[in-house]
Amino acid sequence: MRLTASGISCARGGRTLFTGLSFALSDGELMLLTGPNGSGKTSLLRQIAGLLPLESGSIVCEGFEREEETHFVGHLAAVKDALTVSENLAFWVELYGGNAADLAGVLEKFRLDRLASLSARVLSAGQRRRLALARLAAIRRKLWLLDEPDTALDAEGRAMLVGVIAGHRAQGGTVVMASHGTLDAAPSQEISLAEVMRTAAA
Amino acid sequence: MTRAILAILRRDLAISLRAGGGAGIGAIFFLSVVMVVPFAIGPDQKLLSQIGPAILWVGALLASLLGLERIFGADAEDGSLDLLLLSPLPLEIAAFSKALAHWCATGLPLVIVAPLLGLLLGVEMKGLGAVTLMLLIGTPAIAFLGLIGAALAASLPRAGLLIAVLIVPFTIPVLIFGTAATAAAITEASPFGTAFKFLCALLLFSAVIGPVAAAAALRIGRGA
Repeated sequence: MRLTASGISCARGGRTLFTGLSFALSDGELMLLTGPNGSGKTSLLRQIAGLLPLESGSIVCEGFEREEETHFVGHLAAVKDALTVSENLAFWVELYGGNAADLAGVLEKFRLDRLASLSARVLSAGQRRRLALARLAAIRRKLWLLDEPDTALDAEGRAMLVGVIAGHRAQGGTVVMASHGTLDAAPSQEISLAEVMRTAAA
Repeated sequence: MTRAILAILRRDLAISLRAGGGAGIGAIFFLSVVMVVPFAIGPDQKLLSQIGPAILWVGALLASLLGLERIFGADAEDGSLDLLLLSPLPLEIAAFSKALAHWCATGLPLVIVAPLLGLLLGVEMKGLGAVTLMLLIGTPAIAFLGLIGAALAASLPRAGLLIAVLIVPFTIPVLIFGTAATAAAITEASPFGTAFKFLCALLLFSAVIGPVAAAAALRIGRGA
């Protein structure tokens, strides 16, 4: 598969966040997005996901359907307090057509197995984040869009996340991740949105 | 696809029926409206039993407007809506399933308690059956129409009032044909079939238009 963005720009609330941004991603790549708060990392991820319209330019996917092959893990965990931990994960697996047989294994991997039957209301911020990330392992999709996925994770959680991302890349998956550099995931490309703005202004 | 639809139905039903889900609010409101009307009208048994079906309709319509903002509002708040948009299930089907789950949790209880509340108003047996059947057809139509308002206001906080204002005009035909069919069934003064068929047509119409319009509204709204 190949994901090509050419000359895309983004404006939010009348303010231009970035213009003329281009990149190309192929199998097994990890692109790291950096930049200060409000530089447009989340907006770019939402544009790649198709959740936010492009101001200009285009994003072309070759060899895969973006609608059917994208995981998006944003700041909001999409966890329902009224449901139990395993019900939360099971719902997305059913909706996305994932493998429902191995939920217990996935929950164990993300150290949520002992909380499986508890209401999600009792989860800590880090556990909530783990539950959101568990979707990545429970449902196979080629393109992962991760927005600061290590927020609220402990050291062990970060190490596990690095392992999950490495495993996905080894299987030919592609990852775009916004981060403040707290996760050592060996990116193959890096885009600094602060630099994109400086280049555009010059 | 069936698996995904069932997943949405199960999840939304579980959320509204568990503690804090708000499934009972509509039914309690319906009960309150119908309970206070006899006190306002006065102890005129004949008048009450005459206007009883209409009161049941008005109560059910207003009760159906409560909680509409929860259909998409809660999902927009916690990020579930983004994932719903990215899911392989067509958004129209997802919206249809959510409206169906909403009706099962909030509309169906209204239909079930309607004959009991009708007894409080002194509506006769024939009228009880008629009004319950009409509400069974009318309340899902209101839910599917309400879905459009819920989708339009998905990303707005505390949008309940806005949704009610947007949706009430569109529910008037349901109210007109619903009460007309009910009255026709009770008094047999006018042909029952015409109004009843119009009510059924409104349900089918809203079940198609509602999810399609709601999906379009959600797609436009996600850029905001």
